[in-house]
Amino acid sequence: MPKITYISDAGVSRTIDVPAGDTVMEGAVQNNVDGIVAECGGNCQCATCHVYVEEKFLPLLDPIGEDQDAMLDTTASPRKSNSRLGCQIHVKAELDGLVVHTPPTQQ
Amino acid sequence: MAVVIIGGGQGGFQTAASLRAEGYEEHITLIGDEPGVPYQRPPLSKGFLLGKQEQRHAELRPAAFYETQRITLVTARATAIDREARRVKLASGEQIEYDTLVLATGARNRMLPHEDVFYLRTLGEATEIRQRLSAAQDVVVIGGGFIGLEVAAAARTLGKQVTVIEGQERLMARVVAPVVSEYFRNQHEAKGVDVLLNATLYRIGDKEVLLGERTRRPADLVIAGIGVVPNVELAREAGLPVGNGITVNEYLQTPDQRIFAIGDCAECPSIFAEACVRLESVQNAVDQAACVAKAIVGHRAPYTAVPWFWTDQYDIHLQMAGLPAGFDQVVTRGDPQTRKFSVFYFRGGRLCAVDSVNRPADHLAARKLIGARTTLSPDQAKDESFDLKSAV
Repeated sequence: MPKITYISDAGVSRTIDVPAGDTVMEGAVQNNVDGIVAECGGNCQCATCHVYVEEKFLPLLDPIGEDQDAMLDTTASPRKSNSRLGCQIHVKAELDGLVVHTPPTQQ
Repeated sequence: MAVVIIGGGQGGFQTAASLRAEGYEEHITLIGDEPGVPYQRPPLSKGFLLGKQEQRHAELRPAAFYETQRITLVTARATAIDREARRVKLASGEQIEYDTLVLATGARNRMLPHEDVFYLRTLGEATEIRQRLSAAQDVVVIGGGFIGLEVAAAARTLGKQVTVIEGQERLMARVVAPVVSEYFRNQHEAKGVDVLLNATLYRIGDKEVLLGERTRRPADLVIAGIGVVPNVELAREAGLPVGNGITVNEYLQTPDQRIFAIGDCAECPSIFAEACVRLESVQNAVDQAACVAKAIVGHRAPYTAVPWFWTDQYDIHLQMAGLPAGFDQVVTRGDPQTRKFSVFYFRGGRLCAVDSVNRPADHLAARKLIGARTTLSPDQAKDESFDLKSAV
């Protein structure tokens, strides 16, 4: 199973086995990872599963869709070039080892 | 000190989670009458029916969350509230004491007076419908609202022959303007769904439904989505005022200061409408829960969140912001032919609601515009060269 590492703003790191097909948001929520709120439950409606993706993994991600792009403009912590919504990153074998940083605040 | 929450849906869960996030340290008991941990309902009529999502994806948090957050989950039906003794009585006879009580009792499906009709609200019901869908050929959906149309879209995507029976003259008539209704009817028909408007179910026969004497459609699965009835009985029997929901003030408080009501079951004053409103949405449940959690820890403020909603049918993403009730003017931004457009509703010259079809940026701008009581004019709204964000 691909391993995803979540690093909090305070520097706390957790590495989780996330089944392929699940999202980075689901991997966090189902394993009690702090820093991901996921208020809307993964529907790309709330921007509370905002993560900063480590640069080297960016080329492996799908392009940012129109929904995600609009939503990322409303995040509580600043949007950066490596900002993504965790609910829009579907875990796959190539993403094994993915590292994401959760922002200081989601709301 | 203890908070007891009745209702294990989105609002009940969020109240408990927000209380802990706000630093509340005392006992929290969350009473729900469904088995398992709280889950979200929106996927049940969408990805879950299609088999794209499973139960674990719908669960809001794993069981371990409730342990670490010290939230006591009680699977039981609450049968009465004793306001004098400040106790909730359960069907088992057990009683739970509270200092503050939050009613998040939700709503239940309105039923038809016919047998052999399936309804979708709970995970259990969705699971049964999903199983029956796999064996069905001809699916009849009663009700052309959000749930009915989402179910119709899922069934059609699974290759079923689908008929939608709607009593009104257009789809989603209660919530959207005619131009949006028309767009969705066209899309469903283009996918091969048989949409019958101004139609009423007369009888369910053997593998068919009858609409009046002559019209009949084959049916081996009949699913109804014809609205909900708020669960107000506990509140009413406890002597609390009830209108089209449990009546609360702008702080979501009943006349009993120790009792709040939120979500689908509650009716409250809204700065976005001219009357009290009772809304059925995730946003409403979540934001009202957060508002009540803040009040309980001493940060009382009126509830003023902008209402928003969404529905997904096929690849069409409809997002709605604000409350269109009483609108007197509508303008369209963008061309429905392009599959991307927004409809702006005005009431007395002021923007009151926006429906966006596959235009998420418009929707997000709309949430801000409506919240800011914008003076955006109809001419500006329909002019695509006008930057909506500049009117906030």
